[in-house]
Amino acid sequence: MKNAGEGLTYLGLRLATYSVVLVIGYILADIIWHGIPALSWEFLSGPPRQSGAAGGILPAIVGTFYLVSGTLLVALPLGIGGALYLSEYATRNRLTMAIRLAISTLAGVPSIVFGLFGLGLFVIFCNFGASILAGALTLACMVLPTIIVACEEALLAVPQGLRSSSLALGATKWQAIRTNVLPYSLPGMLTGTILAIGRAAGETAPILLTAAAFFLPRLPGSIFDQVMALPYHLYILATQHPEAEKVRPMQYATALVLLLLVLGITMGATILRSRFRKKYRW
Amino acid sequence: MVNDTPKIQVHDLNFFYGATQALFNITMDIPPRRVTALIGPSGCGKSTFLRTMDRMNDIIDGARMTGEVLIDGNNIYAPGTDVVRLRRNVGMVFQKSNPFPKSIFDNVAYGPRIHGVKKQAELVEIVQRSLTRAALWDEVKDRLPENAMGLSGGQQQRLCIARALAVDPEILLMDEPASALDPKSTARVEELIGELRDQYTIVIVTHNMQQAARVSDLTAFFYEGRLIEFDRTKRIYTNPAKKQTEDYITGRFG
Repeated sequence: MKNAGEGLTYLGLRLATYSVVLVIGYILADIIWHGIPALSWEFLSGPPRQSGAAGGILPAIVGTFYLVSGTLLVALPLGIGGALYLSEYATRNRLTMAIRLAISTLAGVPSIVFGLFGLGLFVIFCNFGASILAGALTLACMVLPTIIVACEEALLAVPQGLRSSSLALGATKWQAIRTNVLPYSLPGMLTGTILAIGRAAGETAPILLTAAAFFLPRLPGSIFDQVMALPYHLYILATQHPEAEKVRPMQYATALVLLLLVLGITMGATILRSRFRKKYRW
Repeated sequence: MVNDTPKIQVHDLNFFYGATQALFNITMDIPPRRVTALIGPSGCGKSTFLRTMDRMNDIIDGARMTGEVLIDGNNIYAPGTDVVRLRRNVGMVFQKSNPFPKSIFDNVAYGPRIHGVKKQAELVEIVQRSLTRAALWDEVKDRLPENAMGLSGGQQQRLCIARALAVDPEILLMDEPASALDPKSTARVEELIGELRDQYTIVIVTHNMQQAARVSDLTAFFYEGRLIEFDRTKRIYTNPAKKQTEDYITGRFG
């Protein structure tokens, strides 16, 4: 009887796993199956024509690349700074508890709220207009909680003994952190951040109101330019295009490119992490 | 009890972790260039006491103390004390050997470097001298650029001693330096303590009473946060004044 229960539980868990894998597998197969025929060199390297019904998606690829890079540039230093403060300097008191609560709350805020926040603060109040700058700052706000948590975990993974040994040798706190904590936690911080950014690359809502252009068949010239972006382009093609049926192959190909991009980012982070894990072992 | 001006003087020290008092009214004088052993059962406060001497308790949240610790007559808890300078003068070797995941050379050169030694020739000299003093030079002289994590446990602990010696301290605090080592490495570390005793004031916390008997000149017995007895090691082990000390040493508890 006990064994039967065990077997049933095991079967249930397996079915749960398989159903998830099946759904994801189906989605992937569908996108790849319909997307590959529409992929071509022209599609990857050319500007869109006939409001996206023909031509390519280069401006959207470049736009997403700029947005993601900008997000990384803003969020990484801020995230590392916040994590350093929280895990190395701050004592446990009401203020830091409030900060932690705010961080975990922010992590659960829907992305459209970040989009509206970005519209209010960066686009209108700071007068950046809808631009790469405003979009990257908005995305950075959105991923910051995740990045801070990832960076804190990376800091905690460094053995306490390294800190106390450095201090015992007469290092100041910052010397100890700079020489014996940061170098060993940086890879973990970087991979955690890249993973978070990979998610940001596929977000539509935060850039909808702050950065994304409906149709802009040229490459951006400065950080104050509006850009096309892959997720937004996909959204337009799928729901806002007058001839949605006709541009179906373009939708699939765009989705495939976005997927490959995110996959690439995630895999890059994973490889980076496993490499550094091998390097530092205590 | 020893006719030298004491190197470390502790006056009426009380120590608290939050609401819990860990040390009660400790007063003791530690003489220079001798090995003083702190013994007692787990949780008796001997490690906490050791850590008050280089202010390593400062980094613990909620820790608080009253009383004085004087080194060469100066209260190290006086406002305006340069903690960095203090820790340069008071080296510490931890229970768990914790070399930095850097090369052997960089481990030993770490202290001198953060204190501003830049010339490579000078660093080379300091590294060689420290490793020699820690009785490790012959074993590692051909592999200085290798990562220190590749050394054996005993070698790692001697490396940590060399690293502490490299900043030229006068006092060396050791928190159960051999408790994680095999008997052979333990013997090597004990031998090393014997070699260092002429030049350094050594305070060593140990669980191992035989070890305290072998390496120390003086022994202090702690029990439940109080200093029960402090005397020449020989006397503590042959003719202790207090019954508690005798019970502990003869293995009746602890």
